Amino acid sequence: MHPDLIMSNGENVALADVPVLDLESLRTFLVGEARGGGRLAILCGIPGNSPDRLTILAVVARDGAGILRPVLSEVGERYPALTPDLPQAHLFEREMAERFGITPVGHPRRNPVRYTVPGALDPAAPARARPLPGDTDFFRVDGEEVHEVAVGPIHAGIIEPGHFRFQCHGETVFHLEIALGYQHRGIEAALTGPLSQGGRGFGRVPHLMATAAGDTTIGHTLAWCGVVESLSGTRPPERAGLLRLIALELERLANHTGDLGALAGDVAYLPTLSFCGRLRGDFLNMTALVCGNRFGRGLAVPGGTGFDADGHRLAELRGRFEATMRDVEGAADLLFETPSVRARFERTGEVSRETATALGLVGPAARACGIARDVRVDHPCGMYGRIRARTSTWPSGDVFARANVRRLEIRESARLIRTALDALTALPEGGIQADGPPWPRPMRPESLAVSLVEGWRGEICHVAATGPDGRITFYKITDPSFHNWEGLAMALRGLAISDFPLCNKSFNLSYCGHDL
Amino acid sequence: MLRAVLERLRQKRRTVPFPAEPPSLPDRLRGLPVIDAAKCPADCRHNPPCAAACPMGAILPGLGTAGTPAIDLGKCLFCTDCTAVCPSGALTFGRDHRLAVRRREHLLFRGEGLKLAEALEKRTRRLFGRSLKLRQVSAGGCNACEADLNVLTTIVFDLGRFGIEFVASPRHADGIMVTGPVTENMRVALLKCYEATPEPRIVIASGSCAVSGGPFAGMPESHDGVDALVPVDLYIPGCPPHPITALDGMLRLLGRI
Repeated sequence: MHPDLIMSNGENVALADVPVLDLESLRTFLVGEARGGGRLAILCGIPGNSPDRLTILAVVARDGAGILRPVLSEVGERYPALTPDLPQAHLFEREMAERFGITPVGHPRRNPVRYTVPGALDPAAPARARPLPGDTDFFRVDGEEVHEVAVGPIHAGIIEPGHFRFQCHGETVFHLEIALGYQHRGIEAALTGPLSQGGRGFGRVPHLMATAAGDTTIGHTLAWCGVVESLSGTRPPERAGLLRLIALELERLANHTGDLGALAGDVAYLPTLSFCGRLRGDFLNMTALVCGNRFGRGLAVPGGTGFDADGHRLAELRGRFEATMRDVEGAADLLFETPSVRARFERTGEVSRETATALGLVGPAARACGIARDVRVDHPCGMYGRIRARTSTWPSGDVFARANVRRLEIRESARLIRTALDALTALPEGGIQADGPPWPRPMRPESLAVSLVEGWRGEICHVAATGPDGRITFYKITDPSFHNWEGLAMALRGLAISDFPLCNKSFNLSYCGHDL
Repeated sequence: MLRAVLERLRQKRRTVPFPAEPPSLPDRLRGLPVIDAAKCPADCRHNPPCAAACPMGAILPGLGTAGTPAIDLGKCLFCTDCTAVCPSGALTFGRDHRLAVRRREHLLFRGEGLKLAEALEKRTRRLFGRSLKLRQVSAGGCNACEADLNVLTTIVFDLGRFGIEFVASPRHADGIMVTGPVTENMRVALLKCYEATPEPRIVIASGSCAVSGGPFAGMPESHDGVDALVPVDLYIPGCPPHPITALDGMLRLLGRI
């Protein structure tokens, strides 16, 4: 059977309409989609009542066609793993194994993902011991001159924790294995629990979204708003849509600018490091100009935005924006025109297009391998349907490509913001909240919603399902970092270990977004 | 080289004159809350909607001055849920960035007289007053607190001019600055880092998570803040704290403000 249900970003479908495949049909379907340009946006288990079967959900994104294809299937306590046929499923299957106590037979690595209390399908099953974080059998290379290097969880800078285990021969890295989970806060469990109620309707959920990955507050909050608005049939007004677009692009600008500075720092090019350190903050201050918080906390809310900007504030924003953009261009020009920088960036940490496709990389990491993949372009939602973004790619797959894609995206974000500011200035003031009853509004029962947002690191995917009473009973978050950490590991192969900081920074992935 | 120099001239000096001059802050900054007792309706006080709206339970009815609600700034995420439902506009956020205190109980803000952080005791102040090396530990922080501590080391705030520096090892540090609610998976690493810091050492909890667990308070993977595990010398509230708020707290601790 070939599933024929298609949906688009920000839509919802009745759960009963989602095709159900047996596991082998699912495998055939997913492998076929991957060959035909599709990829796994998410693969996850849906908690149910069966003590020996688990319902699993896969959402395939076909970027070229702009469609999403959800399918359901079922696995038992042991099932033949999908990963050998579909490498991009590897971390999803590990996550399901950890959460539900199932065994993907034939999966090459079955280490925990978040090192939390191991789950079980059968609630009556005896509890298993919680593993110590990072305590696992790392992949080891044997040989007389092979040695292991362990780094973390606490790193040298002001960075989130994670553990890196290198297998080295002299300076050369044969293999890097990344063990995360230190940042696991149990966010997903809380999203459908008692903490998701009360307060002004959503309990702590807005704050859990804002802190899922704090540097992506706008991205994750918008993905959640997309889910809630889809299920409640709410359309945010145009003014709010434009403010949201500006906020999301400012978030991208702040982080891309900061990354260019940090990359400069890692190759000891201090002028751009110094300039970008300041400029990143200037973008954060523009977000604070709109909502009072540098990370955009409280700016996007279901139905619209929590803050408006009048003509005077917009003029102030535009003035600051143009001045900052001039300095960002200057700082980036210096970086890219300095031969010693180019020498360190080029051919360092290469990831091939084939590897990136097989692993299902997203965001700048994928676009730096020449893959044109951008939610804003492929699955436009909200104002991106009207103010069309252009994908920025670079083919070389190295640190230079990842830096250059950021530089190109900085220019593209600037163009989008200017267009949005023009549109916003022409609009009558007021109207930042959709009309309707107070939140939480009734939501469509027994439905599945998928919301994708192109955060600055790549595709953010939120999936939710409602029960018979219209309450959200299932919620799943995939941060772009979940797809991309393995890309970093692959980039390190054959590289000198001293290039790790530079390479790591060129990906700049989220620990807490992965760990949730 | 010449281009780098020209660009440097064009981008100008950017270090803020704080603390010699008051900081420049956004007009919508959500700083120290303002509770206007005159506007706070008497019939509202026994069951105030602001307390019901707060998802963190940070608003405590009747504990403020003249029977107004008090706010636990350690739990407060400085969102707008309470101000949005206040029927009389008595509860608002002010622009006062000064929030850091020395003791957890000082964060119970009754509407006036927040007891801001005092300087360290004589001996530790003599040791650390002119040179304070800190090891930063993120223990479940969402990277917002981390990013806004990192920004203190940029040319804008130039932390080094105060003799404060973030160092790469606890062995080189005079104290640790912790962000995040302390996840169970970071508990051991945090304790080891603390033990590895030579005495006398100080501990700074930066951000709502590190102070009280923040949005993760009471959740099974969270230890609800740093002081559940090690004694804390400075509490900096905020989600995340504005860099100026954190800097203000550190300078107060060193007796520089």
